[in-house]
Amino acid sequence: MKRMPKPVYLAAGAYTVSLGTGRPEFSPKRPRPGLDATIREAGRLALAQIADPAAIDECVIGNFMAARFNRQGHLGSLMVNVHPALEFKPALRVEGACASGGLALASGIKSILSGMADVVLVMGVEVQNTVKAIYCADFLAGAGWYEGERKDGHAYFFPGRFSERAGAYGARIGMERAREGCAHWFLNAIENARLNPAAQEHTNRAGDLLALGRTAPNPRTFTEHLNLFDCSKVSDGAAAILVASEAGLHRLGLARKDAVEVAGLGHAAANLTTPPPDLAEMTTSKLAAGNALKMAGIGIGDVGVAEVHDCFTVTGLLLAEALGMAAPGEGADAIAAGITRRDGRWPTNTGGGLIGYGHPTGATGVRMAVDLWRQLTGRAVGYQVEVRKEHGLLVNMGGNDKTVVSLALRR
Amino acid sequence: MELDQRLRNVAVIGAAGKMGSGIALLLALEMAWRALEDPGTTYVLNLIDMADAPLQGLQRYLMEQARKEGEKQVNRLRKVFRDRADLVENGEMVQAFVDEVMVHTRTGKALALAKDSTLVFEAAFEREEVKFEIYNELAVLCPRSAWFFTNTSSIPLHVLADHCNIQGRLIGYHFYNPPAVQKLLEVIAPEGCDPDLVRDAYVLAKILRKTTVPANDIAGFIGNGHFMRDGLHCIREMEHLAQDYGFVQAVYMVEKVSRDWLLRPMGMFQLIDYVGIDVFQLILRVMDKYLQDGLHSDLIDHMLDLGVRGGQTSSGAQKDGFLRYEKGRPAGIFDPSTREYAPLSEAAVKDMDDRLGPHPDPALSWKALSRDPGKDQKLREYFRKLKTMDSLGAGMARAHFFDSRDVALDLVGQGVAQRPEDVNDVLTLGFFHLYGPINDYLD
Repeated sequence: MKRMPKPVYLAAGAYTVSLGTGRPEFSPKRPRPGLDATIREAGRLALAQIADPAAIDECVIGNFMAARFNRQGHLGSLMVNVHPALEFKPALRVEGACASGGLALASGIKSILSGMADVVLVMGVEVQNTVKAIYCADFLAGAGWYEGERKDGHAYFFPGRFSERAGAYGARIGMERAREGCAHWFLNAIENARLNPAAQEHTNRAGDLLALGRTAPNPRTFTEHLNLFDCSKVSDGAAAILVASEAGLHRLGLARKDAVEVAGLGHAAANLTTPPPDLAEMTTSKLAAGNALKMAGIGIGDVGVAEVHDCFTVTGLLLAEALGMAAPGEGADAIAAGITRRDGRWPTNTGGGLIGYGHPTGATGVRMAVDLWRQLTGRAVGYQVEVRKEHGLLVNMGGNDKTVVSLALRR
Repeated sequence: MELDQRLRNVAVIGAAGKMGSGIALLLALEMAWRALEDPGTTYVLNLIDMADAPLQGLQRYLMEQARKEGEKQVNRLRKVFRDRADLVENGEMVQAFVDEVMVHTRTGKALALAKDSTLVFEAAFEREEVKFEIYNELAVLCPRSAWFFTNTSSIPLHVLADHCNIQGRLIGYHFYNPPAVQKLLEVIAPEGCDPDLVRDAYVLAKILRKTTVPANDIAGFIGNGHFMRDGLHCIREMEHLAQDYGFVQAVYMVEKVSRDWLLRPMGMFQLIDYVGIDVFQLILRVMDKYLQDGLHSDLIDHMLDLGVRGGQTSSGAQKDGFLRYEKGRPAGIFDPSTREYAPLSEAAVKDMDDRLGPHPDPALSWKALSRDPGKDQKLREYFRKLKTMDSLGAGMARAHFFDSRDVALDLVGQGVAQRPEDVNDVLTLGFFHLYGPINDYLD
């Protein structure tokens, strides 16, 4: 496995509030910021942390479905609106479903590695609350195989797909064990979100979270093996971070201690038209994360904090197994035992993750990078954990484990 | 003729009105589902009203509501459309459902549109001569096999049937507002009503997912039989108080007691405004004509003389009546002496609340109790407390409570309702009261 040919750093990250149901300022009947304003807000929060925006060489933005949610394409050019200094700089939009943010990071990292740029502004954005959930499900189903899957799929396509995974996992380890693991994942997510002022679930005051998480799934009203608490919400949000070479960091006026180093990058895509080889395993994620760890020359035991793509609680359980935090079939019990809690062996999704912070799809990968950067540099105000190892691990997944980007970051 | 066959050609008269549009929606949705799930049959829903603008408003309403139904029932739609290769996304299926709902509807201003209808729903203005005119024409136009369902809430059915020569073919089908949402359906089968019609009326109610309560054919039936008398009690109480405190203050106090102290969803004057002061007067007149029971209010007549009518706009917003509304909430009280709305200042409200005395349990409200599984026990404790309190408000609440109960018992005693439970069902389901008026809470 190749190592990173030269140091690449992440710094000056920021993200917006994840706007949607649960946020007190959100109402579907009131006007909301919209796509452009959301991009600008995250971008400006990041640029406020650097000496001179003119130091930026390139821009890349991850986005999944603005063409349908907002009837807006051409986001590379829209991203230039973040700051006048970006005018006429190379800017592009990348797409890989919910892994679009991760792909934007990969793109920025590769630009630095190529030597074509020393500083890349990487962003991600999605503004989804423009339509009701039932139509949102249509748009998000674009992450599946439209010709082959959509017609026979569930009305809520991806909850349907991951319900199948939850069912398969439950069949393998026992449904009650699986449900208990999901309930504990939900508990962690909301407890973490309560500490993160930008999280969609920040003001969640529900009393008995475990009891909510244990709510029996109802196929008559939703899906067979997932309840509504098992799902990330519909969210509007954007995230931004600077990717830089050593020289780039200097140009930005940032010290090494302000940054984290990209130690490993894993990126894998599985054939969209074929079913997952094993519904109870996140095969592509396992491969991509394994590659990121190998490139960094570390194992999961060297990871002190993680950000994983818990679009559904069961995905969190399966990813814990895919990353080696738990043996196959042991993820549910391990989660219930607390391995991913703030004080656990691998504090995971410390700002709430997709279930707690929210899931503005195209922004999620970048938001994960921002949270890891904050944790590894001691900037996670209000939700900082004690990071006992030098590395953080990110797994950003698109579709039904079809496109995955994983980063191993070093303090 | 079987009910299924009758449902193939249906008419709604007064379809663009508040009640008619809801009835039209229920039928349009039912027809659409039937057409989709059992294709091969043609369904026609004739929607008749007096003017083009409200009919166009009705079409918009049906489209909007059909979309909501499709969104709610998207799993059912995905099954229905499983063989339609052109419909893949939820949005496409929901739109196809809206199209299906609309394709069965025909709108028009002439009653002749109903000439082939074998089920006719009538929700015209609550005035006898209007309904006489309609049924006289329908009796000639429609097939002899046609059945008529009237939404009248007050006019005795036998009077309509006899006058229009449709004896045996007319049944009372009193929906509550809004018909698409409210579960309650008061069914009034007049003497001589075809037993098949009675049977099918109940079958249809089940199809439309309504909870039926039978009432006998006596003007006002159960719902208005109680509401009109309850309203008159409050008006009398208000007029009595007004002698000491003034009109505006008296309206406030009766409104407050009838809502907060009796734990009802709205006070009596807001309810009269909701129904419409003009409609309240019309119902009183019909009932008084047939019952000769002194059902009359000079104040109601006076308010209408002053042009104060209440009721709702076509979009469902509450119009000003006894009360002025801001964002749907009472914000002032009409003063007939100045012909203006008096704002409710904090000081005035405090003064009037002080006069009423402390509420028996300020933590209890209709809203809080309506979803409380321990509601019954809490109501018992609440009324036990109210029973012993010595204040103006407590006295007014008890008087209103007992008057309401007496009215309800009279409805049973006079044969309007067949059982006490039926009155209680109408008040809890149709008026959203937390408790039926026939109870032992204050015994």
